[in-house]
Amino acid sequence: MNKKIFTEPLFSQNPVSVLVLGICSALAVTVKLEPAIVMALSVTIVLGFSEAIISAIRHTIPNRIRIIVQLVIVAFLVILVDQILKAYAYQVSKQLSVFVGLIITNCIIMGRIEAYALGNKPLDSFVDGLGNGLGYGIVLVVVAFFRELFGSGTLLGLQIIPHSWYIKNGGFYENNGLFILPPMALILVGLFIWVQRSIQKELIEE
Amino acid sequence: MQELVNIFIKSIFIENMVFAYFLGMCSYLAVSKNIKTSVGLGLAVVFVLGVTLPINYLLDKYILSSGALAWLSPSYASLDLSFLSFIIFIAVIASVTQIVEMVVEKYTPGLYSSLGIFLPLIAVNCAILGGSLFMQERAYETLAQATVYGVGSGVGWFLAIVSLAAIREKLSYSNVPAPLRGLGITFIVVGLMGIAFMSFMGIKL
Repeated sequence: MNKKIFTEPLFSQNPVSVLVLGICSALAVTVKLEPAIVMALSVTIVLGFSEAIISAIRHTIPNRIRIIVQLVIVAFLVILVDQILKAYAYQVSKQLSVFVGLIITNCIIMGRIEAYALGNKPLDSFVDGLGNGLGYGIVLVVVAFFRELFGSGTLLGLQIIPHSWYIKNGGFYENNGLFILPPMALILVGLFIWVQRSIQKELIEE
Repeated sequence: MQELVNIFIKSIFIENMVFAYFLGMCSYLAVSKNIKTSVGLGLAVVFVLGVTLPINYLLDKYILSSGALAWLSPSYASLDLSFLSFIIFIAVIASVTQIVEMVVEKYTPGLYSSLGIFLPLIAVNCAILGGSLFMQERAYETLAQATVYGVGSGVGWFLAIVSLAAIREKLSYSNVPAPLRGLGITFIVVGLMGIAFMSFMGIKL
């Protein structure tokens, strides 16, 4: 087994910052760290299994209707994840609201199925799915880490910035409200890309 | 009537698909390099949203939501098929997209070749499925409300992509730090546009 299939999508071929896939949900669920982690795991599971299933039946799907077949398989897996989340993690599933359903249309899934699973063996595709899901998760967690820390002063709901620092308790600190607002997610991803491309010069666009 | 106008304005500006919910970002970033293609894609999104939302509204009201099958027979009143909504919605969207693709290919081949892969990808554009899911979550009461919401969100998306394309055309003449060129600066520009759009948020309708 080629180890590169797993490690490349984590950073150097990251689906979000290099391939520009799956950005919609990457931005919307990153206000807090907890939903971001749940979302990353859900996407990883759906992506791994849908790539494996589609790769296993890739010779029997007629080419013209393959998009619908892929959507049905992905939708089936997403329904499973959604029902499990509703049953065991109700609070988080309320916070994620429509974004669990939107995993179906997450471009990472269709993109990786089209680009990888249709031409490779099931096991390789499964590993590729896990790698890309985790690569997506890394961006989510980095963005959510900064947004929760600076926006609410907490991490995973635990207070990190001491209460006594806040102005209302006689200190000098105030949470930065901008980090909670949607546009800050875009700017943080932009900065993530900046940092990554300064390290990997070959990714720079002309 | 006033209610409909409210939903329309709200879905364009205050709850803009792109700036408030980040829906349809992938094609939004990829196709916004010049104004002409982005106008084409924007119109296709308006059309698909305007067609799929009423269809999905009817499906949701008469088949999927809890107790909706009661019109068929009173004994079905306890059924709740809402767990099937993802799969039904996406099937409707995929087939409408297929129709749009065939129409565009036949009548405007130039537009068809410039949109390329992104036309079939409207089926997996999160803005479209997101529209249907928000429609279900917010429980719009009439068919007219659902349709107006669909067209309004489409127009909001259209405005967003055309204005980003306009900015990017200008941006290509400016001196951006090398690692930020292309994707990076686009993200930051969209973030700044989002902050500008937030000025609509205080408006109560």
